Amino acid sequence: MSAGLGITDVAIRYGNRAVLSGISLPPLLPGQVTVLAGPNAAGKSTLLRGIAGLAPRAGRITLDGDDLARLPAAERARRIGFMPQSLPAGSGLAALESVIAALRAAGGVEAGDPAAQAMAVLARLGIGALALEPLDRLSGGQRQMVSLAQAIVRRPRLLLLDEPTSALDLARQVRLLAELRRIASEGCIVLAVLHDLALAARWADRIAVLHGGQLHAFGPPAEVVTPAMLAKVYGVAARVETCSAGQLMVLIDHELG
Amino acid sequence: MSLDATLTRYRRRNRRRVLLVAVLALGALAGLLADLMTGPAGLPLAQVWAALSGAEGVSRGTAVIVWQVRLPVAVMALLVGAALALAGAEMQTVLENPLAEPFTLGVSAAAALGAATAIVLGLTLPWLPTGYSVTVNAFVFALGALGLLHLLGRLRGGGAEVLILFGIALNFAAGALLSLLQFVASADALQQLVFWTMGSLAAASWPAVALLALVLGLTAPFSQRAAWRLTALRMGEEQARSYGVDVTALRRWAMLRIGLLAAGAVSMVGIIGFVGLAGPHIARLLVGEDHRFLLPASLLTGALVMSLASVASKLLVPGVLLPVGLVTSLIGLPVFFALILRGRR
Repeated sequence: MSAGLGITDVAIRYGNRAVLSGISLPPLLPGQVTVLAGPNAAGKSTLLRGIAGLAPRAGRITLDGDDLARLPAAERARRIGFMPQSLPAGSGLAALESVIAALRAAGGVEAGDPAAQAMAVLARLGIGALALEPLDRLSGGQRQMVSLAQAIVRRPRLLLLDEPTSALDLARQVRLLAELRRIASEGCIVLAVLHDLALAARWADRIAVLHGGQLHAFGPPAEVVTPAMLAKVYGVAARVETCSAGQLMVLIDHELG
Repeated sequence: MSLDATLTRYRRRNRRRVLLVAVLALGALAGLLADLMTGPAGLPLAQVWAALSGAEGVSRGTAVIVWQVRLPVAVMALLVGAALALAGAEMQTVLENPLAEPFTLGVSAAAALGAATAIVLGLTLPWLPTGYSVTVNAFVFALGALGLLHLLGRLRGGGAEVLILFGIALNFAAGALLSLLQFVASADALQQLVFWTMGSLAAASWPAVALLALVLGLTAPFSQRAAWRLTALRMGEEQARSYGVDVTALRRWAMLRIGLLAAGAVSMVGIIGFVGLAGPHIARLLVGEDHRFLLPASLLTGALVMSLASVASKLLVPGVLLPVGLVTSLIGLPVFFALILRGRR
């Protein structure tokens, strides 16, 4: 019985096209925030969906020693929170209602008042004031925060996030990432797709870089985010500096021909 | 605003929704009484009530009119409206499409085709008592259409879009076959068929009422049990799955319920448009999208609208009973537009 998320030799195909192959990662541990990076179409979202059980895949994925493929869907959903890139815009459900639905959809609600639990999560994310607003009247960024609330309301062991900051302004990006760190510190495994390598370097414990459907690099930001990686994976000439506060800075020069 | 204040507002809003559902139920009952009062011989409410409650001093004629002539029709109106609107509400959610209604997917066209095979060709199941053949054929064809849709959908993964596309194709296929039958039909059969497709409550009988009530009674509790899962599906299929909802199974069972409800309603009274589409929309404007409230509100809105349509079908042109299928659109549309223009609550 090993704690954490184990990913061994995972492959995912869409029809005849192999999107991911031979993906293996060292165990991702509770308390850690891991960022999945890589260029567009590298298979980042696909890997997240495969782990969440939303895309059929080969290989072995374990959570705290349990093979996810063998867990019943409801149990898997209880342990894994998934935040998609965006929520559908056309729902008139109130934010609070949508979070309660996320909590109650699979049945088996634990002790306590679902409405109060959902409200507490919204308040924690700083959007308590929007609780009774219909989703289709919220901005993209606000909907993204509601989506995070839906993902964490069941207190998952594993939290998967697909570009959680894509619609957020700078302050909310920082707020969300700080919140992810707090969630991790409560014993959650956090795995997020992020495009912004500076944000990733600042907030992640580990970065996994996917490239062409395979794992290109994995490790602490300082080891992974290098000019060589940026040139090979993104085709960009860049310098990586350490600023006076000890943080990594990525300075982009130009595209490589 | 504090957490507790927001929660209090949320609970107050839910209580108001329960109240609205209760008001709709009372409205449907009022519609029923109005339906019983109207007809070639108008009956005052007191007499209707006396006949219903079996009070002394009610003439035998009045009792017969109320119990044998008007009550089956009036109750059938409630049941048909309830069945179609509940089916529409579920369908709009499981197909993630606000334009879906029981008839979008070819259920009505298939039912009409079934009716036509009985009326025009005289084809029916062998052991059936005469007089039931049109209803039974319509029911079998409508349910068969949804069965076919289900099988076709399964071949392609059963997604909402695939089902809608196949449904539209089915609609056209059944429509074309229906036209073919109309083309070869005798003038007499053609008239009968056209009347059937306009939708009429006039042929309602107690056995038919009992049967549709049974269908509604057997399906509605399961719809209500799925309320949270259906609400979660409003966040999209993938999100619902990530919450642990078995969307494929949810959709499959919902389609079965929708099929039974729509086929039951259509086979009894012919094609009644609009209620399955507008009932859920009106209910959504009133109580929102939490399906715990939306499903019963849709059911009751449909019942109320159908009941009012039944009354109007007797009053619009004095002395003439209009096909109720035409009237649903005529009286439903203004209400519908008014609600849309007033905006969402």
